[in-house]
Amino acid sequence: MRYLPLTDEDRGAMLAAIGAESVAALFRDVPRAAALERPLDLPLALGEIEVERALARMAARNLPASAVPSFLGCGSYRHHVPAAVDHLIQRGEFLTSYTPYQPEVSQGTLQSMFEFQTQVALITGMEVANASMYDGATACAEAVMMANRLTRRHQAILAGDLHPHYRETTQTYARFGGFAIDARAPDPLAAEGLGALVGSDTSCVVVQNPGCFGQVHDLCTLAEACHRAGALLVVVVTEAVSLGLVRPPGEMGADIVAGEGQSLGNAPAFGGPHLGLFAAREKFVRQMPGRLVGETVDAAGRRGFVLTLSTREQHIRREKATSNICTNSGLCALAFTIHMALLGEAGFTRLARINHAHAAALADRLAGLPGVRLLTQRFFNEFTLRLPRPAAPVVEALAGRGVLAGVPASRLWPGRKELADLLIIAATETNTEDDMAALTEGLREALR
Amino acid sequence: MSQWSQALSGFARDAAAEPAIGGNRGLQLEDPLLFEQDAPGRTGVDLPEPPAADRLGALRRQGPIGLPGLSEPQVVRHFMRASQKNYGIDMGLYPLGSCTMKHNPRLNEKLARLPGFADIHPLQPESTVQGALELIDALAFWLKALTGMPAVAMSPAAGAHGELCGMMCIAAALAARGERRQRVLVPESAHGTNPATAATCGFAVEAIPANERGRIDLVALKAKLAPDVAAIMLTNPNTCGLFEDEILAIAEAVHAVGAYFYCDGANFNALVGRVRPGDLGIDCMHLNLHKTFSTPHGGGGPGSGPVVLAASLAGFAPLPWVVHGPAGFRLIEQAEGPAAQAIGRMKGFHGQMGMFVRALAYIMSHGADGMRQLSGDAVLNANYLLARLGDVLTASYPGPCMHEVLFDDRFLRDSGVTTLDFAKALTDEGFHPMTMYFPLVVHGALLMEPTESESKASLDRFIAVVRALAARAKAGDAADFHAAPRFTPRRRLDETAAARKPVLRWRKAAEAAE
Amino acid sequence: MSTIKYTRDHEWIRIEGDVAVIGITDYAQSQLGDVVYVELPELGRRVEQGKEAAVVESVKAASEVYAPISGEVIAVNDALSGEPGKINGDPQGEGWFLKLRIANPKELDGLMDAKAYAAFVEDLH
Repeated sequence: MRYLPLTDEDRGAMLAAIGAESVAALFRDVPRAAALERPLDLPLALGEIEVERALARMAARNLPASAVPSFLGCGSYRHHVPAAVDHLIQRGEFLTSYTPYQPEVSQGTLQSMFEFQTQVALITGMEVANASMYDGATACAEAVMMANRLTRRHQAILAGDLHPHYRETTQTYARFGGFAIDARAPDPLAAEGLGALVGSDTSCVVVQNPGCFGQVHDLCTLAEACHRAGALLVVVVTEAVSLGLVRPPGEMGADIVAGEGQSLGNAPAFGGPHLGLFAAREKFVRQMPGRLVGETVDAAGRRGFVLTLSTREQHIRREKATSNICTNSGLCALAFTIHMALLGEAGFTRLARINHAHAAALADRLAGLPGVRLLTQRFFNEFTLRLPRPAAPVVEALAGRGVLAGVPASRLWPGRKELADLLIIAATETNTEDDMAALTEGLREALR
Repeated sequence: MSQWSQALSGFARDAAAEPAIGGNRGLQLEDPLLFEQDAPGRTGVDLPEPPAADRLGALRRQGPIGLPGLSEPQVVRHFMRASQKNYGIDMGLYPLGSCTMKHNPRLNEKLARLPGFADIHPLQPESTVQGALELIDALAFWLKALTGMPAVAMSPAAGAHGELCGMMCIAAALAARGERRQRVLVPESAHGTNPATAATCGFAVEAIPANERGRIDLVALKAKLAPDVAAIMLTNPNTCGLFEDEILAIAEAVHAVGAYFYCDGANFNALVGRVRPGDLGIDCMHLNLHKTFSTPHGGGGPGSGPVVLAASLAGFAPLPWVVHGPAGFRLIEQAEGPAAQAIGRMKGFHGQMGMFVRALAYIMSHGADGMRQLSGDAVLNANYLLARLGDVLTASYPGPCMHEVLFDDRFLRDSGVTTLDFAKALTDEGFHPMTMYFPLVVHGALLMEPTESESKASLDRFIAVVRALAARAKAGDAADFHAAPRFTPRRRLDETAAARKPVLRWRKAAEAAE
Repeated sequence: MSTIKYTRDHEWIRIEGDVAVIGITDYAQSQLGDVVYVELPELGRRVEQGKEAAVVESVKAASEVYAPISGEVIAVNDALSGEPGKINGDPQGEGWFLKLRIANPKELDGLMDAKAYAAFVEDLH
């Protein structure tokens, strides 16, 4: 077995040192009735060649978005990841280290997290950010719970164009955590009218920007309405690249930002692992969930970094912790940090402009198709079309022709007849002129 | 005041630390933060300027973001230098108890990056992702077979998320029975996530004491069990590295009052291929794929925490479910049909696919025979440490232990050296320290988990160093320990200063001074 | 002369007429290590004997400070938020946490005097 260094000779010598007859004797505390006498009746060990062959066969049964024109978004985006990112995150010192509980031998991870926190704070326009959450959906649920703690209220209002997976995740946490959710009905252009719903028992309003249908919102009025009523504004961002061009939540009065960071450094990977972004105003930091890295000095006076404010966390506070979260998305956050470092201000803002330009050009083209209407007026790199017939079969037909045309709204909001004809389309820097032509022609054909 | 932990920071400034001209020391190369290397306009990614487009109007970002501009060679060098300030399992022994720092095969990294896995979008039509659903189903099959449980929830993102999933399933099952049970019993030695998770689900947490053998005190447990107990959360092997040898009686007692038996599966590495939790009366257990099944820890995630479920809980598993349909695999994404009782969604999309690929590759590489061998080797290695160190350290409990061995700080009594000092001295010797001050049930805990990835020669080197350090501590060399570590990229760090005046992000010097 | 009493949870309480000043003992601060943060109750809050009145944190520990007796919070030591180290440096002086208007003087009867507390701490070793 290639991963196991002990030889039978070693095992014999070690058992002798222990004074045990056999390895089985070391398991003597296991009740006999429950101990397996022999290996389970399952396949035996395989070499690298066989494992690679078996998994490559499964991989070949999928249609990768990199192989065909692809326009899917809705919370997971395909962007170009520079080669240096994957090279660096596969350094064994990053890949095979644990949570940096021993700061003297973990400065690489800690410094990178500190840089990550700074980048996230900068792009969201917030004062502080943590070292990441599992993903955007869980970050959203945690943001609501944080708002509940801060306001001592227990009802959250969720905008109708919040990603349904984020809504459902938050509803699951609410059901078992004992707080109430007022989830508004999906409406491609919603959000600004939410201010009127904020009441004295509202802990927060959660809005997504750009919304799940692509619409970009002005949140200033809503923020004022929230703050007047003593509630918080939680802004969800599922496309981190949008922050290179869209006015950031921090400038529109957000108190907490919960986002998805996959777009930078990370492949869609069928939806995971991704990484949750979590930022807030500095005065709320002691109610934040998740790990935080802070700057300090070592015994020789040199700058160094440590996990800090740990008394919020489960390993110290146990049942009184701000969250039960332990792991963050360390390596995904590192990939985010490296990708963002490579882009820099000039690259990140230009990347955002390219995405926007591609989407704008594509929207114009598709809106010119017979019977097709563009619903989204203000958008970043994602928009919604109303087709003259249900979108799901159209998408299926296009997939058969090798074009991944977008996400039919019915996939995310099944059973809502009024959304059945809607198709949500994202364009990124990875889409070529040919891709856009293929989609336009494919859609024209499919709708004929 | 409530209880305090045993860990203090042990920080002291060392005025005699030698200065260095440029800050570097041999191969330990310093590098300014990214933000301190900024040149406006510089970038490490060449992108064409696109044609002007404006669908944002007044919602366009005004002013600059403040991100620094670096070229690719600068970025590569920056993160290379950073990486070299980290210790990883690729470099040496990492005996961090309860964390299962085992070798991460590179085959798994390669396979997770196949475009057929990495480049598929979670919302593609199901017909275009049959291989991905097949892979999830195949991994689910193995996890069910290895645990002897009929169902598994695949979506939880990490161990603690899996715990949350399990406790939510239990809460939902109780609600479906029309019962409101409020109490959850958790041993004193449990991971902090257990009480935190129970509290997140609205349960009241009560501690169960341990007996003098380091196991759950069955009599005390039975005294606490009542019809208002929702569940017990037990780690097995427990965090003292011991198999709960009365586990069948525990399960029976828990079930007798109608409560559920949650098992924290963090330590499944000791049992895989040898004991199935389903045969122990367990109703629900999360598996840390980043522990037992070797997906990389990555400096703190991403993890993956599938939860195996007994038949009584299977119907409550969170969405989505992967099922066999007439035209191949299918995803159930709504709480309807067979999933009508599902607790709902716990995260976005379908689970940690990238981790599923790695875990399945790991399992197929070992097979049924290799799995049994690996748990045997993991337990053998831990017992070897116990046998070879038991005379110089103080073992908290007699052996045999399982995959990890617990020592406490009695061997340091009156030496002036603490567990923390001892751990820092080990880092100077090129080892990652063991887990310190956990579990809380013994004083100054040192919890060592060597895993099956270590050769005998590697363990012998570690043993020789630990023995020598123990002798040095007993000989009264406390000052030396207090100054450790000396050879690491940083000396001890001032955690008190970090917590009193938190600096959580870089700011320009002028802003920072405000 | 003022009376100082102690709890088994290592709080001290000094009686000044109908007002009680409350903090944590020297033993408590030494066990906790460097204090980095305190969370104090808002003025006007009524606290109950034995229930949480404040939180004190070191780098690796967080502890609730329980009210030795019931009463209404009439003052808190705001200086601690900027300089939590005062709790380590002068736990029974500048490191005080809060002042209560005493609701029920009878509750003081169950508390330890200095001698009894010293013996209690001695027993912990």
